[in-house]
Amino acid sequence: MTPGTEPVVRVPIQSANDLVDARQKGRALAGELGFSTAQATLIAAVISELARNIVEYAGRGEIVLRPDGAAGMIVSARDAGPGITDLQAALRSGYSTSGGLGLGLPGVRRIADSFEIESGPGGTVVTLAMKK
Amino acid sequence: MIVPILKQGEYLIASIQSALTDADLVALRDALVAKVGAMRIRGVIVDVTSLDVLDSFASRTLRDLANMIGLRGARTVIVGIQPEVAFAMVQLGLTLEDIPTALDLEEGLLFLASRR
Repeated sequence: MTPGTEPVVRVPIQSANDLVDARQKGRALAGELGFSTAQATLIAAVISELARNIVEYAGRGEIVLRPDGAAGMIVSARDAGPGITDLQAALRSGYSTSGGLGLGLPGVRRIADSFEIESGPGGTVVTLAMKK
Repeated sequence: MIVPILKQGEYLIASIQSALTDADLVALRDALVAKVGAMRIRGVIVDVTSLDVLDSFASRTLRDLANMIGLRGARTVIVGIQPEVAFAMVQLGLTLEDIPTALDLEEGLLFLASRR
């Protein structure tokens, strides 16, 4: 695939009901890119966690999916919410400010091949790579 | 997507037919907890064969469902977790804690019958 022709899938996240759509689009793209069904399911679960964070903490945002050359897939979650006050805590297992178990982000970070998070008053962007 | 709940003897069987939203899962939890009392149920089987993923929210909701049903005096068994769903759960560090699981509906019914 040559740069510039790679398909980019954008899924707007406006409510928890959009999570199913985001998961399904992620699974479909993973399949097209040659991931195994187990890896595609893992990617769908990762997207679900990231999209739920958007809904819970920012209200709305988007999930952006794109191929990572031939190696895998890049998943980004972006929102214009209030940002994460304590990034270190948010990445620690068991931490949650929303009454959840706080397993979402730490689990996602652990299995991603690369993981970046930028968060500030203007919003939060999480970008991670999943390799085949 | 409403999950059909069938009554078979003293058991309830909830067969998830497709991907569920968070709200659908919570509605299923509440419906099962209510029916356990209304129908004098001893065991509940939740068949997740068709569930696309079991993420942290779904795992927590199933644990809550089983714990709430346990407090009502009935048992819960989760059946049909697919190999790729199990793979993703283990990778992400998600568990159902001590909720019993079984391979499929048939094994789930045997499990409940063995613990009368």
